[in-house]
Amino acid sequence: MEPLDLDISEGELELPSEPMLLNMGPSHPAMHGTVRIVVELSGEVINKADVQIGYLHRGFEKMCERGTWTQVFPYVDRCNYVSPMLNNVGFALAVEKMMGVTVPERCQYYRVALGELARICDHMICNGAMCMELGAFTPFLYLARAREVIWDIFEEETGARVTHSFGRVGGMAAPPTPDFKGMVRAGLARVMQYINDSEKLVLKNRIFLDRLEGVGIISKEDALALGWTGPTLRSTGAAYDVRRSHPYLVYDRLDFDIPVGTTGDNYDRFMCRLEEIRQSYRIIDQVLQQMPDEGPINVEDPRIILPPKGEVYTTIEATIQHFKIVMEGIKVPAGECYSYTEGGNGELGFYMVSDGSGTPYRMRIRPPCFAVTQGLEQLVTGLMIPDIVPTFGSLNMIGGECDH
Amino acid sequence: MSKQILDLLQARFPGAILETHSQFGDDTAVVDPAAWLDVAKFLREDPRIDMDMFTDLTAVDYLWQGMVPRFEVVCHLRSLQHGHRIRIKARVGEEDGSGADIASLVPVWKGANWFERETFDMFGVNFVNHPDLRRILMYPEFEGYPLRKDYPAQKYQPLVPFRDVPGKMAPFGPDEGMSFGRQTHDQHAGYANEEAPLPPEA
Repeated sequence: MEPLDLDISEGELELPSEPMLLNMGPSHPAMHGTVRIVVELSGEVINKADVQIGYLHRGFEKMCERGTWTQVFPYVDRCNYVSPMLNNVGFALAVEKMMGVTVPERCQYYRVALGELARICDHMICNGAMCMELGAFTPFLYLARAREVIWDIFEEETGARVTHSFGRVGGMAAPPTPDFKGMVRAGLARVMQYINDSEKLVLKNRIFLDRLEGVGIISKEDALALGWTGPTLRSTGAAYDVRRSHPYLVYDRLDFDIPVGTTGDNYDRFMCRLEEIRQSYRIIDQVLQQMPDEGPINVEDPRIILPPKGEVYTTIEATIQHFKIVMEGIKVPAGECYSYTEGGNGELGFYMVSDGSGTPYRMRIRPPCFAVTQGLEQLVTGLMIPDIVPTFGSLNMIGGECDH
Repeated sequence: MSKQILDLLQARFPGAILETHSQFGDDTAVVDPAAWLDVAKFLREDPRIDMDMFTDLTAVDYLWQGMVPRFEVVCHLRSLQHGHRIRIKARVGEEDGSGADIASLVPVWKGANWFERETFDMFGVNFVNHPDLRRILMYPEFEGYPLRKDYPAQKYQPLVPFRDVPGKMAPFGPDEGMSFGRQTHDQHAGYANEEAPLPPEA
């Protein structure tokens, strides 16, 4: 029998070293959204990665240039379908900044409460999906169950479970229901129970930790230069949170901490999100104590707010007012404006150019995911194929937002 | 604080800062496109300004407002240490969309990479010295630049012919398993000949 190692030259073992190209996605069970990663492999190590997005591009910015300012709300909902309420509030604040309008105090608290509920949803789903992709299915089920609880609250408040389209320029579509506070208190207690349970399942699991710790490290300087914001930036140690650095709504009256990481690896990103859920819980708790039970929700401004339905049907003035707002849209002063809020994944910016008409001349969304996803290439280079899954999961790319 | 940045910029680049304003509280400087990269480097490296966070880069098409140069490239920056922000803009491009060239900011902030690719994809602004300038949201065969004002929203793009990748075996022949066969864009010829939209009546 011939020896097997006949061809091997002296002293060194020749392995086939031709780089191999491998496509992950666009539709891959371990991919968070619809995204394609072309990796060049040497053995199992990634030499080069090319992240290709755009599979969910729906022309958000072009669509916005065709309707009125109010008609943008359903579109921003669908940009981030995991925390649509934060996008709603962010866009409403952007237009209000241009119009120089401040909503009543009760509405500000209401917006904060709903926004933080959406943030809890967002972080839960990111962490849950990350666990699931690493083989821990139970935490995902626990957290999806907890999300149901929050969605029930949203359903009661807004009438829709996922894409609410609940924000309006100058207020909200409806005032809080009479049971709002009680419902949130009861619901959040259950949510926190689910979160504690799911946390216990993974955080002492050696396999889970080994796949997170020290994987996908990024430095603070790189993260900043890449335009990262939100939990992914804070995991590197930079304590930048729009809610604290540039407070909007009533965030300056609320007491909460900004969790930061130290190394910027997957574990830090996971833990930052986990801790932010607790901080959001603290915020909602204070909001429920401080929020007035009585008072207007919408600003009193006939240029912006639709008149009550009863008057529309009975008086000519209200009919005209209603007609003008619906058909011509809200008139936003001419100029340009950049408004930013803390979305689920970081700074959600809207850069708007108005020509003074009822239609946006240019509407630009600055999606936090877009900047975060462009860092993926750098993160996974030098790692192995299985490391793509938790690294990509921890970035929480939302396809709709990233691809506009 | 932010007002001081505009003053610093004016003092450092007396001829290149064409215009400044602070509408809605956002400090803005309109920069000569020739000095775009120098201004960016100054903003990044000067310790008094220290703009280390690259926030956003996009463009606006002012065709309907009759502005020449036609495009405005808009960049938003923030400083982590000082917490201040600035918006810098540069005007480029002829009326037909040609000649929209501007220096790439990738050497200053590497995060500019995808944002510039997106601006190129949507507006056709050419970023000189960009390491990898190709379409990002649309596919390579896409014709035209969708966010330009003269691009009709209903325009029909022809289907992409089967991409013949060397060495790749098509699993079900050229149709890749589509039972109904491949449509040709002739069926939609009515859409394809859509004309460029006119600006809305004032």
